[in-house]
Amino acid sequence: MKLTQISVFLENRKGRLHEVCVLLSENRVNIRALTIAESEDFGILRMVVDRPDSALQALKKNGFSAQLTDVVAIEVDDEPGGLAKILKVLTDKNINIEYMYAFVEKLSDKAVLVFRFEDTDLAVKVLKGSGIKILRKEVEEI
Amino acid sequence: MFAAGIINFRHNKYKMQNTFWNENIETIGKEQLQPLQLKLLKDTVSAALKTSFYKNRLYRSGIKSPDDIKTLGDLNKIPFTTKDDLREAYPSGLLSTSSDDVIRIHTSSGTTGTPTVIYHTKEDLDNWTELVARSIVATGFSRSDIFQNMMSYGLFTGGLGLHYGAERVGATVIPIGAGNTKRQLQLMRDFKTTTIHITPSYALHIHSKFKENNIKRGDLCLKRAFIGAEPHSENTRKKIEEILEIDAYNSYGLSEMNGPGVSFECIYKRGMHTWEDSYILEIVDPVTQEPLCEGKEGEIVFTTLRRKATPLLRYRTRDLAFVYKDSCPCRRTHRRISRITGRTDDMLIVNGVNMFPSQIEEVIMRIPEVGTNYQVQLEKDGALDRLIVKVEIYSKMFTGNVKELDNLKEKIKEELRASIIIHPVVELHEPGSLPVFEGKAKRVIDLRVKI
Repeated sequence: MKLTQISVFLENRKGRLHEVCVLLSENRVNIRALTIAESEDFGILRMVVDRPDSALQALKKNGFSAQLTDVVAIEVDDEPGGLAKILKVLTDKNINIEYMYAFVEKLSDKAVLVFRFEDTDLAVKVLKGSGIKILRKEVEEI
Repeated sequence: MFAAGIINFRHNKYKMQNTFWNENIETIGKEQLQPLQLKLLKDTVSAALKTSFYKNRLYRSGIKSPDDIKTLGDLNKIPFTTKDDLREAYPSGLLSTSSDDVIRIHTSSGTTGTPTVIYHTKEDLDNWTELVARSIVATGFSRSDIFQNMMSYGLFTGGLGLHYGAERVGATVIPIGAGNTKRQLQLMRDFKTTTIHITPSYALHIHSKFKENNIKRGDLCLKRAFIGAEPHSENTRKKIEEILEIDAYNSYGLSEMNGPGVSFECIYKRGMHTWEDSYILEIVDPVTQEPLCEGKEGEIVFTTLRRKATPLLRYRTRDLAFVYKDSCPCRRTHRRISRITGRTDDMLIVNGVNMFPSQIEEVIMRIPEVGTNYQVQLEKDGALDRLIVKVEIYSKMFTGNVKELDNLKEKIKEELRASIIIHPVVELHEPGSLPVFEGKAKRVIDLRVKI
């Protein structure tokens, strides 16, 4: 139902993102999707990975401040209006989005949208009620 | 060295004159000054013995009455007073008069949350005002001047001290206070301000804002600035004089000794005359506490001679300076101290405001979302100082939410501002990323380039 996202606190320092990626690579964790929220002096790296538990463990062991967050992934057709259709459903039902990011699937004509909602359970209910397909573990396995 | 009469004023459009406010006292000879100091010292000891703090302390040193002070040399029998003593005696352990006689108090923030307080009677304020009047007239300031007071008013003594002094001289006072550059420049132009009282960093900053505020130097009638609240170098003075086309005079004071009007430069700008009929000036070795001779750098120690409500004996200022040996062509006999060359403690001066790193530490320690390690960095942002406080987030409190972290920054900023009065920049860092110290921590990095 919900998907796990890893958030990592990154201070504004040269090479810090590189260090995260090297660490994940060494632990054979594959990043599926990634975005960075930036502030003046720090950033928060958010990512969906294939093995979130191993990733979290590795990050914490190496002194990173990391946290798991529930997000919702939705698959849409990769064509004009794909995102708009989903947003209409959410807008009509007054569902607030905290943030979102998207990635395109390699082997299909679908795009995957990752949402963080203020009220995840309510959002899931609304989306399901509108017949929108919510991805589960699959995203991590794409 | 230059001879009297050949004075290089920056602003030679105006004729420089060596004027006095109280010529008799300002040119007093040693043979008259010393008996006066002795008499006033006895009065001060007598007043001090009325306070709970000094009563104990002086008794232990064998001083039970003012008659135990027979010569000025007996000053050595009196133990030093420190800022910690003032804190310990807070709020009323150093009050020597009836509280009905007190007409004003000034407090300064303490390093550990306990402030220090100085009480003033009517006579105290009157004496303070006289000293300020004397100080500013020594720069050629007169009742014809328009004085824009760009220092903070309130508990900070810089604003009110100069305000009353300039009013006493009869000048026109514009009590604008600190900040709001646009307005400062507008009033400066519209009311033909001749004299400003300003910190050195703000003096440099305000010039950089002429253009965007559509001000040309020719629109202004500025002649001079009293520069205070921050130690600065001779080069900084020269720079201020050059870009603003004025004469800049160094001012030294501290709230424990009233505030400004303790030491001030005359038109010759060769160190600051310290008013020795009101303060006994000593320079001591900060380590051995032995008095040092003229010319040797050490810690300035002051004894108040005319203060009724809060007499202070041998107060250690923590400021370092030396006394000039030679006499001044202005004929004032009061000895001159050099610019302040440093501090014996870790006090920082940021945009004219005094603060201690421990005040920052105290704030950080009470915020659960951050760790206990921190670093303070001082930089220049144009001419002004920028204080950056770097803290580490506490891993367990990290939720991945940007808004929460931004709120945390705001909270730290607000609490710091309430404690140190300065607006800091707060930076969040990863746990374990700031340097850790095993011995004495070096948490303050001062990158401000001395001009």
